[in-house]
Amino acid sequence: MNFNRRQALALSAAAVAFAATGLRARTALAGTEETEKRILDFAGKAPESGKITLTAPEIAENGNTVPVSVKVDSAMSDDDRVVSVMIVADGNPNPEVATFHFTALSGAAAATTRIRLAQTQNVIAVAKMADGSVFMDKKEVKVTIGGCGG
Amino acid sequence: MSKRFLAPVFAMVGGLVLAFSANADPVDEELVIDDIPMVTRAAAPEGHPFDEVLSGWLFREAETRETEADSFANPGMLAVERGADIWNTVEGSAGKSCASCHDDAATSMKSVGAQYPKWDAEAKRPINIELQIDKCRVENMGAEPYKFDAEGQVALTSYIKHQSLGTPVKMDLSDGELQDWWEKGKELYYTRTGQLNFACASCHEDSMGKYIRADHLSQGQANGFPTYRFNTGGMVSLHNRFRGCIRDTRAEMPKAFSDELMALEVYVTWRGTGLSVETPAVRQ
Amino acid sequence: MAAAPKPRVKVPKTAKAGEVVLLKTLISHEMESGQRKDKDGNTIPRKIINKFSCEFNGEQVFSCDIDPAISANPYFEFSAKVNESGAFKFSWVDDDGSVYTDEQKIEVK
Repeated sequence: MNFNRRQALALSAAAVAFAATGLRARTALAGTEETEKRILDFAGKAPESGKITLTAPEIAENGNTVPVSVKVDSAMSDDDRVVSVMIVADGNPNPEVATFHFTALSGAAAATTRIRLAQTQNVIAVAKMADGSVFMDKKEVKVTIGGCGG
Repeated sequence: MSKRFLAPVFAMVGGLVLAFSANADPVDEELVIDDIPMVTRAAAPEGHPFDEVLSGWLFREAETRETEADSFANPGMLAVERGADIWNTVEGSAGKSCASCHDDAATSMKSVGAQYPKWDAEAKRPINIELQIDKCRVENMGAEPYKFDAEGQVALTSYIKHQSLGTPVKMDLSDGELQDWWEKGKELYYTRTGQLNFACASCHEDSMGKYIRADHLSQGQANGFPTYRFNTGGMVSLHNRFRGCIRDTRAEMPKAFSDELMALEVYVTWRGTGLSVETPAVRQ
Repeated sequence: MAAAPKPRVKVPKTAKAGEVVLLKTLISHEMESGQRKDKDGNTIPRKIINKFSCEFNGEQVFSCDIDPAISANPYFEFSAKVNESGAFKFSWVDDDGSVYTDEQKIEVK
């Protein structure tokens, strides 16, 4: 009988209750509230959905190096221009991950980097446009515990 | 007060507690690095427990595979570049660098890494790239041998092995007494050790393709070492990985380059006969 | 880390006027997060690259404020619109004040 990785994870869901009792020492985590506050500080208001696409693996093979990409639908000229994109993660010790700043010379509002995720959590990207509008996208990335020194 | 716009999430701390719980096939994809096609599946040599030897690349997730396939995105190439600097740097009392004798590694070291370990007739034991570098440093350069896993040792080994990128692994077991060391390595490969009572074969042969917690178990091939690991954000040498595996079985770890681990290197390298050298491979 | 951080950048050699090209950058750096403890239980002080930026002929193209959640050996991929021949200048700022730079030319045909 063959299972794919997702099914294997589903199988293990039963094990989560057990694991939640705390096999690992946990540091204080940013949590949803602090993450929201961080987003509001950056955006000035609650972002709308749309325009921005955040790409991240559904299941990260290792939480220490997770590739993430952002792309904002924008002509990158005159008023239709992305000023900055902030990436935050709500399950890390601090929500801040990185903030990209674009210019007219960027040509496109797209960027890729690699990030650290301490556990399964939401990664959120917020785009601030030149006209003051703000947009966000959110992806949950599952971070698994490796078998071998992982 | 602002309206909440992020749905609360339940932190999922746990993972898979069922060892060897599920099976998944390695991917059926081609690996091409810098326009060089890699052999990631090869017919096993005679006497091999598998019909086909498989590169660990086939067992990794898409993001890990893509990082290895793009030699710019591969952070292991930082170590290779560092190795190139060391290759050209004079060290030791003889006033020589590697390049003083071996000139351009792209020519002199081409395919060399695919043939190691070899037999060292003077020392009467197998010699790998790391030990060959030390031999050169001591005998020809008048320099100190590297400490195990010194940054320079890993970088230079990565650089030399990278000159064989794409070349299929092919050892000559008829060289000196390598066949005896192969036998000894084979015995170790199947010997259960540690509190967990695992042999190399428990994971990489009997359970190959299954998951141990969240790790998809490969055949445990050596063709991509030294390899870049996402976990540590750095290079991992073969003997470091051997010791790591042995530590994970909760056994006493033999020293790097000890007789035990040299025998294991001979045997494990042979198990990957026909696979392209992928150094620096990228793993989780 | 024994060796000084070493940048790598990938820029196409040529482009058409007005073309948007893809740039890739990587730098060797441990990105010590400030969250880890040594074997005696003392916090290992934070030491990261905290800012990356890219200019073209002296004009800002792209920059990034970096937090400790960026992985070791920071990698950035982004684009640039090139209207004329010139040079991209890349710089990485370390917590200790060091600045690492690299430069790459592009020819507009």
